[in-house]
Amino acid sequence: MQAGTESEALFQKRIPIYTRSVKGTFRSFKTAMLLLAFAVYFGLPWLPWARHDAPPQAVLFDMVGRRFFIFDMVFYPQDLISLSLLLFIAAAFLFFVTGLVGRAFCGYFCFQTLWTDAFTFIESWVQGERPARVRLHKQAWNAEKIGKYTLTHALWLLLSFLTAYSFVMYYGYAPELTQRFFSGSLPFVAYFTVLILTLTTYAAAGLAREQVCTYMCPYARFQGVMYEPETLAPYYDFLRGEGTAGRAVPREGSKARDERQAKGIGDCIDCGFCVQVCPAGIDIRKGLQYQCISCGLCVDACNNIMDSVGFPKGLIRYDSEINIESKNPGKPHLDLLRLRTVGYGAMILVMVGALVYNVATRSDIQISIQPVRQPLFVVMSDGDIRNRYQIHVTNKTLEVQKYRISAQGLPAGALDLGEMREVSVRQGKSVMVLANVKLTPDMATKINEVEFVITPLSMPGQAVTKKVRFYAKHEG
Amino acid sequence: MSQGNTQSQGAQTTGHVWDDDLQEYNNPLPSWWLWAFYLTIIFSITYWVLYPAWPMGKGFTTGISTITYKNDKGVEKTTHWSTRALLMKDLQDAREMQKPYFDKVAATPFDQIAKSPDLSNFVASAGKVLFSDNCAACHQSGGQGKMAFAPNLTDDDWIYGGTYDKIQATVANGRHGIMPPKGGADLSDVDMDNLANYVLSLSGEPSDSAKAAVGNELFHGKATCFSCHGADGKGNQDIGSANLTDKIWLWADVPGAGSADKKVAAVKAVIASGLNKGVMPAWGGRLSADQIKLLTVYVHDVLGGGSKK
Repeated sequence: MQAGTESEALFQKRIPIYTRSVKGTFRSFKTAMLLLAFAVYFGLPWLPWARHDAPPQAVLFDMVGRRFFIFDMVFYPQDLISLSLLLFIAAAFLFFVTGLVGRAFCGYFCFQTLWTDAFTFIESWVQGERPARVRLHKQAWNAEKIGKYTLTHALWLLLSFLTAYSFVMYYGYAPELTQRFFSGSLPFVAYFTVLILTLTTYAAAGLAREQVCTYMCPYARFQGVMYEPETLAPYYDFLRGEGTAGRAVPREGSKARDERQAKGIGDCIDCGFCVQVCPAGIDIRKGLQYQCISCGLCVDACNNIMDSVGFPKGLIRYDSEINIESKNPGKPHLDLLRLRTVGYGAMILVMVGALVYNVATRSDIQISIQPVRQPLFVVMSDGDIRNRYQIHVTNKTLEVQKYRISAQGLPAGALDLGEMREVSVRQGKSVMVLANVKLTPDMATKINEVEFVITPLSMPGQAVTKKVRFYAKHEG
Repeated sequence: MSQGNTQSQGAQTTGHVWDDDLQEYNNPLPSWWLWAFYLTIIFSITYWVLYPAWPMGKGFTTGISTITYKNDKGVEKTTHWSTRALLMKDLQDAREMQKPYFDKVAATPFDQIAKSPDLSNFVASAGKVLFSDNCAACHQSGGQGKMAFAPNLTDDDWIYGGTYDKIQATVANGRHGIMPPKGGADLSDVDMDNLANYVLSLSGEPSDSAKAAVGNELFHGKATCFSCHGADGKGNQDIGSANLTDKIWLWADVPGAGSADKKVAAVKAVIASGLNKGVMPAWGGRLSADQIKLLTVYVHDVLGGGSKK
């Protein structure tokens, strides 16, 4: 067969997508989500929050002190389990939602979508609506084109910089960081982070756009397996749109709906708006495609057109594959009672329960006691047997705390803590205390467990009791 | 975008044909991929200029980036970039980070260190590394020692004394314990049997009381044991003679012997051939004074056997 029917290019050029703006339910929802997300992302580092011994910032990730402040809660690296649970819940929730309403995350919440949306707003604000942008792209370089392109890219870079800058603000007290940032006194890593995030934001949301979803995002590629025939997604009602004679642009004699139906022409007037508004650049009328991010803009576009020509809405609509293919489609509805959704739902409930329990019962003090295993026990010169324990006390409160260490069920004088009977630990830090327990050979045969009690002196109610083995001979 | 067999109708191929109809597609790459590929080429050329890269006969191109570090003797060196130099730099940084703590340990009196949670925690972690590197080969990783080889450092029995000062002197100068052999001309087998029974009786081990009574006389008389171990058998820490009255044994494995006869035999063997193997090397020349002080505190406090006086 003939080679070179297409030009012998080394690479496939990206076909630029100039999305037409559209009004409608989904567009309003997307805009609302965008404003909410940006308000949270850019505003949160500046939300003040009264705090005893740390900067008054509501959300603050203190990497140096290894403390993570989220409103009134403080997390330490020891609380990693909470983060794991949170990530697990997020994953399960994503799968649950995808099974139910398709790629809702991609369409409305993913930061790639949000930032691409914002960048497109800037682009159309500077360069105008779709036809103007296409014309500008095609025309030769002149003052107008250079001016508008420079302004667009400058604004993109500004938004990228603000994005990167806000990210860094989470890792310190924002007002102080701002002052230090612009006086050049932050460590190199801060500037490097801002530079990298600025460039990647600019590249991903300004230049790569839908290619990130199509080529780079693993989630976009594997979530197809979560779709079931009952899953809701934007579908083109091909039975109604194509009729028996296919779609057709309205001409004389095929304008009114009854005329079209008499000729077997479908309701689709082939205006192409659904393609022009699509940020992924696909034609939804070819069916569900892996590039589709379920943003619903084609639904808005088609509904507007159907309204203006006087046809019923819903030619493109959120629906299930089953419904769209049936001769007698019912109303689109959420199908909750499926093995997959019920399974994911149950998983989420269990994990949310575990997380709530985990966070609610977090103790302000963490104790771990390790017996010294080498040697497991020591015979003293008078025949007594001694075991040693390393007691790690971690203070998870916000103040310096003093802890008293004692033991229950031991004869007097058996416990030797050296100078550390009471130990003070700074907030968020831990201290290791060595405890010696010495028993006569007689006692050692009777006592094979030591019960340590660690009492915070300021709140004796929160005392922690831990049992450890006492060894007097090698076993087995 | 659907791809399938239909594509062969109009798609680019490489132009090669095998077995009549087997052809190879020449599908174009996405442009972002191609640009990323060009970037990797630029990256590698930059890398060749900056870092060691190409073999050249017996050497290699060193690259123009350099790295400067101070080795553990404090001598500053500058060399082309290499992972070894990077490691030396990291070690230098680690030494500099540890230095304030080492200085603090050096400046704090022994008995005050145990009162500070910060310093004792530093001694526990830094001391463990020093101990594992230098001491654990004989005294074992937890300091528990080994029967008939190296003394247990976690119990409260000290051959040369368990105070901070004595431990420091032992680590810095080393020790060499000698016990003269008594077998052969000096003592008969029966003498040694009696002596062994007496020695066992001192610490309450099972022994023949009649033989022990004879041994008692030998101990304080002909065999001259008392001259080193003392009239009461409690030893002398200044010369490193063992306390025979406590429950702790180093050279004769009395706790591990299954029967009374074996215990006697174990003690007899030590009496007969004496000891000239309790050698601890001097660390004064190999470790710095700060390191020896840290090790002293580690042995005394963290291993837990140190004595108060």
